[in-house]
Amino acid sequence: MATTLADDLKPLHHPKTWIGKYVWSQDHKVIAVQYGVTAIAIGLVALVLSVLMRLQLGFPGSVPWIQPENYLQYVSMHGMIMVVYLLTALLLGGFGNYLIPLMVGARDMVFPYVNMLSYWVYLLSVIVLVIGFFVPGGPTGAGWTLYPPQAITEGTPGYSWGIVTMLVSLAIFIIAFTMGGLNYVTTVLQARCKGMTLMRMPLSVWGIFTASIMGLLAFPALFVAAIMMLLDHLAGTSFFMPTLFSFGQTTDTVGGNPILFQHLFWFFGHPEVYIVALPAFGIVSDLISVHARRNIFGYRMMVWAIVIIGGLSFLVWAHHMYVSGMNPYFGFFFAISTLVIAIPTAIKVYNWLLTLWRGDIHLRVPMLFAIAFIFTFIHGGLTGLFLGNVSVDVPLSDTYFVVGHFHMVMGVSPVLVIFGAIYHWYPKMTGRMWNKTLGQMHFWLTFLGTYAIYMPMHYIGILGVPRRYFALGETAFIPDSVALANAGITIAAIVVFLAQGLFFFNMIWSLFRGPKADPNPWGAASLEWQTPDTPPVHGNWGPKLPTVYRWAYDYSVPRPERDFIPQNEPPA
Amino acid sequence: MPLAIAIAALVVGSVLFHLVSPWWQTPIASNWTSIDSALDVTLWICGLAFVVLNLFLANAVWRYRHRPGHKAHYEPENATLEKRLTFWTGIGIIGMLAPGLTAWDKYVTVPEDAAMVEAVGQQWQWSFRYPGPDGVLGAAGVMHITPENTLGLDPTDPFGRDDILVEAGEMHLPVGKPVKMVLRSKDVLHDFYVPEFRAKMDLVPGIVTYFWMTPTVAGNFEILCAELCGVGHHEMRGAVVVEDQEAFDEWQAGQITFGEVLAQASPASRYAMFATADVCIGTNNWSNP
Repeated sequence: MATTLADDLKPLHHPKTWIGKYVWSQDHKVIAVQYGVTAIAIGLVALVLSVLMRLQLGFPGSVPWIQPENYLQYVSMHGMIMVVYLLTALLLGGFGNYLIPLMVGARDMVFPYVNMLSYWVYLLSVIVLVIGFFVPGGPTGAGWTLYPPQAITEGTPGYSWGIVTMLVSLAIFIIAFTMGGLNYVTTVLQARCKGMTLMRMPLSVWGIFTASIMGLLAFPALFVAAIMMLLDHLAGTSFFMPTLFSFGQTTDTVGGNPILFQHLFWFFGHPEVYIVALPAFGIVSDLISVHARRNIFGYRMMVWAIVIIGGLSFLVWAHHMYVSGMNPYFGFFFAISTLVIAIPTAIKVYNWLLTLWRGDIHLRVPMLFAIAFIFTFIHGGLTGLFLGNVSVDVPLSDTYFVVGHFHMVMGVSPVLVIFGAIYHWYPKMTGRMWNKTLGQMHFWLTFLGTYAIYMPMHYIGILGVPRRYFALGETAFIPDSVALANAGITIAAIVVFLAQGLFFFNMIWSLFRGPKADPNPWGAASLEWQTPDTPPVHGNWGPKLPTVYRWAYDYSVPRPERDFIPQNEPPA
Repeated sequence: MPLAIAIAALVVGSVLFHLVSPWWQTPIASNWTSIDSALDVTLWICGLAFVVLNLFLANAVWRYRHRPGHKAHYEPENATLEKRLTFWTGIGIIGMLAPGLTAWDKYVTVPEDAAMVEAVGQQWQWSFRYPGPDGVLGAAGVMHITPENTLGLDPTDPFGRDDILVEAGEMHLPVGKPVKMVLRSKDVLHDFYVPEFRAKMDLVPGIVTYFWMTPTVAGNFEILCAELCGVGHHEMRGAVVVEDQEAFDEWQAGQITFGEVLAQASPASRYAMFATADVCIGTNNWSNP
């Protein structure tokens, strides 16, 4: 038999200094925490921006220094930070780093040094992003989609400097992601321990693995779009710029096409939705299975659904562009491909439900979040069918229906999974247990609060209220009740915002004062719970790598006394 | 246990919210009832799935909650069940796509007899152009724009002379006549959006985009911009007046034509207008759409 990386022939070089251990660390677990903390920190900035937006929408004029340009800057930075710098970085850089080596039985990522670089380059991209808040003119206000020409023409906030820091930061982020993504893919393919076949891997790994491959294919489209727009802005090229008559002057750009940018952006942007969703799908599958004490229903179908969704998601991008002015006949193809992708997605939902059915459901805090995810994802997934169904999209596009939809499906849903996952793996990562009551309060306020925020938005959108409006002003078709709804939504948003304090307090307090956690408090079968140390030390597995004899879902198997069999337990 | 109740309550609450919500589509004022019916079909299918799946979820959480002595059932998969579910999902998808694509087919097929009207967007106002008696919009492009020729008509194109220019931000349409709205932008992306018409389309600088509709209800409607276009985006408003043919003809007769603009211009500004014609041969010269 050929030697693979998993044969564990190389000696481990443990770091000798504090800096080597915690700062320039090559340990995937430390890098995961670095990624996670940075992503959550910048995510908090985006969260504050959303509260500022809601204050303006719910109580117009109540904060006098929020002007139209500020509002658009909040919209743009909130969106970009949440999608790229929080969700992508946290799910892949954070959870990917932490879970992949532990779940597949490896000592670390296969390229630990590149892995370390990935984090530091990511941190650099975040720093450049933050610099954008302080440059003359402030950050870009072109919307998170950064559509040209307006992203780089007068009349848009941050059109001279803010857009440059944004595009440069994105390019740096993509370099960081590429280093991380190559690592995740290679580690899954090359460093699995003995017995860990692909079809024995936990679905978390499948989700992160597929999302990493997709990221490696999709991010380059954004990379070239960012470089091309930088050239348009700084070097006078005309990739996206036709001749314009802007603020009394004819530009000397000639023959570019703004729609080309939209194609490039969404060729990245739609797979991006699934780059965020697939890790969340995988993780939530594991959470549901562990806490329902039942094998994930239809594992093989779940794996194939992840792979098929990953593939199809590259064929649906123009459903963001039905009314963009592209050839309208494309609408037929993209409506069909978009609605077809609902089939594997629906299968995943059915299988989560069927995993719960006839289970033994322990409603611990991580499980509360996982079940709430099923609810919000069903809601967000179904409203996506309205927007995918081309002609139905025409009246709904660019209204609050869109805002409600994508926040349910790729805001609330993945964030619920992230919370569930943090509560779930916290005892393994820190060796301590969080406070149950605080966790439950955090759950209820977040789950019910976010539904109160986004549910009414769908109806305001069906009425026709357009999004990205600083103020609705006097508009005949918009009744006064919409202002009332906006005020209510804002209050719900502030409650949800404050409720996150419970989470941070719980996590930080428990880190020092929490009771010592059992090495496997949930009775989970997958490999990361079977490490000799809790929290796992550098190298993860002590002197000998584990050997795997079964899949990750042997829960409540009829014969044994215990209701689970760890993956590395030899057959009797 | 509270979770099962909460999920069931959210399902019931959502349905009630739908029934009593004061917010639903504006009364339709165009021919696009097919879009509204496609939306209704999508709503019924998705609403049914929402209720059934979430009540199943609440039921499962309730019924199989952990109790001492209770043990989960071991069943790795059930291929027959999964196939059946896939089949019925496919039926639901087809049920939604059929009306959706049928409506789209109409949306992209402009009737032969549709009258042409041009809307031009710029930060942050609307202008309009009607083709005049010859029924043809003259060539235009931003390189022809001068202080007097704000819509950038090509002064050398004879088809443009009788074009009617409207810069007041208010357009008129005859009721019951199909109209092809051709859309141009001078600067950035905009979107011609009248909620009551249901139809909408982006304005893209450098190209001409279009959609069509038949206004069916006389009255005044507001035009909004639905594609982010800078700090004045929310204030970019216009108006459509839908009226009977007589009133429309009367209104149109009172508007200025491009020929009149040329005739009234001072020699210097007329010279400036024609000077732009020298540079207009190239890819940026929009021909008659």
